[in-house]
Amino acid sequence: MSVFLSLSKKISVALIVLLAAFSPALFAADEAQVHELQEEPTASEHGFNASEVIIHHVLDDHIWHLWDHGGTIYLPVIVYSEKGLDIFSSHHLYDEHHNKVEYNGYKLDELGHIVFNGQSVLDLSITKNVAMLLINAALLVLVFMAVAKGYKKNLGKAPSGIQSFMEPVIVFVRDEIVKPNIGKHYEKYLPYMLTLFFFILFGNFLGLLPGAGNLTGNIAVTLTLAVLTFLITNIKGNKDYWAHIFWTPGVPLPLRLIILPVEIVGIFTKPISLTIRLFVAITAGHIVLLSLICLAFIFKSVWVGAGSTVMVLFISLIELLVAGIQAYVFTLFSSLYIGMSTAEHEHH
Amino acid sequence: MELLTPGTGLIIWQLIIFVLLFLLLSKLAWKPILSSLKEREKSIQDALDTAENTRAEIAKLKADNANLLREARDERDKMLRDAREAGNRLKEEAQIAAKKSADKIIEDARAAINIEKQAAMKDIRIQVSNFSLEIAEKLLKKNLSDDSSQKALVDSYLKDLKIN
Repeated sequence: MSVFLSLSKKISVALIVLLAAFSPALFAADEAQVHELQEEPTASEHGFNASEVIIHHVLDDHIWHLWDHGGTIYLPVIVYSEKGLDIFSSHHLYDEHHNKVEYNGYKLDELGHIVFNGQSVLDLSITKNVAMLLINAALLVLVFMAVAKGYKKNLGKAPSGIQSFMEPVIVFVRDEIVKPNIGKHYEKYLPYMLTLFFFILFGNFLGLLPGAGNLTGNIAVTLTLAVLTFLITNIKGNKDYWAHIFWTPGVPLPLRLIILPVEIVGIFTKPISLTIRLFVAITAGHIVLLSLICLAFIFKSVWVGAGSTVMVLFISLIELLVAGIQAYVFTLFSSLYIGMSTAEHEHH
Repeated sequence: MELLTPGTGLIIWQLIIFVLLFLLLSKLAWKPILSSLKEREKSIQDALDTAENTRAEIAKLKADNANLLREARDERDKMLRDAREAGNRLKEEAQIAAKKSADKIIEDARAAINIEKQAAMKDIRIQVSNFSLEIAEKLLKKNLSDDSSQKALVDSYLKDLKIN
């Protein structure tokens, strides 16, 4: 843990610098959204609805709004409706005043879902989070290809560059998370666990960047990851694991009947807890940050703005810590569940 | 709530991209990285083991050397002692032999001296008897130079004879 903390400290320092450099952009972006929402008819009578701004920020979207006056990226829409597969730019769904308009029968409903003639469709659009997902994946591939290249280059020598930066993290995941929790056959699961850990870690860090999408704070993303762990846990689960669930050994018969439903519920609470934990931790962090930023717009005071800036910086630092901790916890629990289902139990 | 409902599209994208990412990273990154790490750890462990073994071996060699040195020293001492003893014995034997031969020489010399002495005594006895005869002759010659003295002598003898 101490290794991990000292690493996250280093990363924090790097990111403080980054945040400091980008904070005007961050504020500009959010301010832009605020203005944008102020003009929207859904905004409250006071002209500013903080909860709407915040929720809008943490949700997925078909457009990527970075700043006003040309800072909006209109992402491609891919839908599968009764008409068949359709691909077009999300630009067509908005007019020049950023009002929702209909295009070829497609329209955004009040929740931001695409509907075709009033019916829901299978939406495979490259949304903001899908774009984030692609960026995250590309970054991971680039970084770890470079790391792997380092091992080829420095064969038999000390690590250097990005390789020596990432090596302690990889070794940490292997020795502190995967090995102690999975046990003997840990090497089989190590690639999955490393991918999981770094996907979440990088996703968390990228999500903290100003203007970035809330990838790892999206319940669809965390659910998918949790389901993968759930599938591995139950597919790889051995006889002892299932025996423990259906006919708990060493327990009197009447108790076994009570334990059975509890154990069956337990199978499903594990992925649910994984899903909710990561989603809530990251989304809550974003909501807290945005709430503090919104204070300045609610009170329209320089002093509140100054105060909230300090608080935002402070919370940002905590969020950096949370980014590492949540990646650690998700991987830790995944390892624990797989380790529990594959462990060879001693029979009592 | 919109926030809590997972979007189908994002689930599909997440599944596809994550699985692809997993496959890609497993092959291109994790496999070489983990095998290199393992190899490096193994080589470090081997180096440490070798160092430990070498240290033990050196200690053993040192002990062996000390043993050898002690044995050599003991052997040297023993050889010196033996040599000293042998020397002493030789010296004693030589002394005894020398004494023996000296005694023999003395004995021989004494015997020779005795023989010489006997011979000399014999010689002297002959000489002395010769001298005595010469002196007696000379005396006789002088005393019996005239007839009267001869006559006197014969008379004395005759006198003696008569007694008998």
